[in-house]
Amino acid sequence: MPRHLLSMSDLDAAAIRTILDTATQMHEVQHREVKKIPTLRGRTIINLFFEDSTRTRSSFEIAGKWMSADTINITGKGSATSKGESLRDTVRTIDAMGVDAFVIRHGASGACHQVAGWVDAHVINAGDGTHEHPTQALLDAYTMERRLGSLEGRHVAIVGDLTHSRVLRSNLISLRRLGAAVTLVAPPTLMPSGITSWAHRDGFTVGHDLDAVLGGEGARPVDALMMLRVQKERMSGGYFPTAREYTVGYGLTRDRLARLTDLNPEIVICHPGPMNRGLEISADAADAAQSLVLDQVSAGVAVRMSVLYHLLAGADGGADAAARVPRSAWAGSAA
Amino acid sequence: MSALLITGARPLGGDAVDVLVRDGVVAEIGSGLDAPSDVERLAADGLTLLPGFVDLHTHLREPGREDAETIATGSAAAAAGGFTAVLAMANTSPVTDTAEAAERVLDLGRAAGLVDVQPVGAVTKALAGEELAELALMHRSRARVSVFSDDGRCVHDARVMRRALEYVRAFGGVVSQHSQDPTLAGSAACCHEGELSGRLGLPGWPAVAESSIIARDAQLARHTGSRVHVAHVSTAEGVEVVRWAKSAGIHLTAEVTPHHLLLTQDRLSGYDPTFKVNPPLRPREDVEVLRAALADGTIDAVATDHAPHARHDKEHAFVDAAFGMLGLETAFAVVHDTMVRSGALDLAGLADRMSLAPARIAGLSDHGRAIEVGAPANLVLVDTDGGHTVDAAASKSLSRNNPWHGMSFTGAVHTTILRGRVTASPEESA
Repeated sequence: MPRHLLSMSDLDAAAIRTILDTATQMHEVQHREVKKIPTLRGRTIINLFFEDSTRTRSSFEIAGKWMSADTINITGKGSATSKGESLRDTVRTIDAMGVDAFVIRHGASGACHQVAGWVDAHVINAGDGTHEHPTQALLDAYTMERRLGSLEGRHVAIVGDLTHSRVLRSNLISLRRLGAAVTLVAPPTLMPSGITSWAHRDGFTVGHDLDAVLGGEGARPVDALMMLRVQKERMSGGYFPTAREYTVGYGLTRDRLARLTDLNPEIVICHPGPMNRGLEISADAADAAQSLVLDQVSAGVAVRMSVLYHLLAGADGGADAAARVPRSAWAGSAA
Repeated sequence: MSALLITGARPLGGDAVDVLVRDGVVAEIGSGLDAPSDVERLAADGLTLLPGFVDLHTHLREPGREDAETIATGSAAAAAGGFTAVLAMANTSPVTDTAEAAERVLDLGRAAGLVDVQPVGAVTKALAGEELAELALMHRSRARVSVFSDDGRCVHDARVMRRALEYVRAFGGVVSQHSQDPTLAGSAACCHEGELSGRLGLPGWPAVAESSIIARDAQLARHTGSRVHVAHVSTAEGVEVVRWAKSAGIHLTAEVTPHHLLLTQDRLSGYDPTFKVNPPLRPREDVEVLRAALADGTIDAVATDHAPHARHDKEHAFVDAAFGMLGLETAFAVVHDTMVRSGALDLAGLADRMSLAPARIAGLSDHGRAIEVGAPANLVLVDTDGGHTVDAAASKSLSRNNPWHGMSFTGAVHTTILRGRVTASPEESA
């Protein structure tokens, strides 16, 4: 296991498999009357959230607490620059208290990579800007596998505001590593830069016509449909003209849902939340039998328990933690 | 009377000669020159003699950010880099948008005495892009400002740019434009727009944001009959427009930075803000085009865009960190390795792009002169076999945002001479 989880690319297929397998065991804890295992007793995990988050933060917090770690939430809104303290100073200050891991959500892409270079503790990326959100991709894979079995050879379509999506970027890596075929669907303005060469290099396909991808002539059947959030604010940036036009082109409407389930009753529908019901996904679709939305949330805790376990208490993580040398001056002089 | 006898130096890499400098001027050039024993001697066997370099584009941070650089420390870095004249950009605090501010920069440069520091005046008041600064008063001042720039910001309003170009024509001024359409590449844009920016999730800075402004400014220069200079051109698309403008007879000149000649966008993959610069590092294909354009003269000059920053201003998340990197001390080494060793330019060509052309663009008559009797002795001795590895800690700059740290180069600046006086030498830096 890597020391940090900054990007899905830190995990090869075997590591992903290990984490998902352990998550299955962790998932059982969720259904116990006493939800507590001693695995991370004595460890301190800082949830450092520079951006608002409800589900990811509480999911990590619950995961840590059920594993008996001391979890502390620190939220800091606004950029560090405005407060005059550099990001490096902020994280080194907390690191100096002797914490074991940082779970970091930051509005800036790459922030977790930078922090990992500055601190002794493990760093887990809980979403950095428009870059990655690896634990979301892990829980997505976990949830889809529970319903579909192995993702090898399965076809996953990802639809929505892709250019601003960290969920997309992590899923692109994990789904390919798990052997799934991936098709991205969005208007060209909501595709990430350089998507054509990227798709060619990484082996996925790109389309702009949702109906053609979902059921067009000769289209590869879709096993899972991942709808990503579209922020209404994007309209002012000129990414698309109106919510109505977006929904007609790219929303999972009631009609589209009916056509899809006619074609393939086993199809599954994911959404990382929070959902804009009526925009990218209709209420009917969000609450359909094919929807995995709540399963995703449930799996989030188990997957994050697994990640914390493997990074902090797994063979490598445990050894690392034991070998940690205090860096402060007084510790040095006492030796 | 002061005098300096340089022996055994090879002007532009040619045959070795002796050069006698008296009262700051080249007095004699020849073999086996004799001079009284009290004349200072500088043994330059094996070294190449070039006209002192001229930098059209530096940020010396004084006044306002003396914790990052001062005119004195920036001058020392410039001298160590072989420069005898540098233009100091106007984006200080306060902005150089008045005659008084320009004279203060000039005077601080003279007090430091290591290079001629020529202030650049702001095009618009407070760099706000709205009202013209006192361009003619800056020109009439002791600082004789004739290059104007809102660098760091683009003069994006076409009407303001048109008026600025028209206005400075009265006294032969030039506007140096930071070509970045802010509607296509906003203030957050920090990564070349393409597959890498897509993967890294960083705000993209597309080539068209540069080339479209260059094209507009070329048309404005033609319309007004004025002269425009393109700062730090960084893309193949930008070069294409520069080439077209020149072929159309438009008075347009362009500069390229050493970092855009060598470093590529791949450096951003680790999110190290040391490599965050504006315009951003570009793909390998652009670097190749920039080198070819510098070689064929489409790009007139190399300018460093030396941009020191206090460490804490770089230790933020990548998108929040300050733009810019050091460049004065390493410019020659980079240009020598990328252009001369590759065979794209000879040493005379390097002298043209780093001294003659920038001095001509800036109107600095004492600099960028051929090495001949009667010329001001603004000179640099370089060692084309001076292999070395850059050590950021050894920099004369106050700042350490040095992307060149740990890189090895084959050429090195040996000694810099400003009006006959040694301003940087290996002994001094040892």
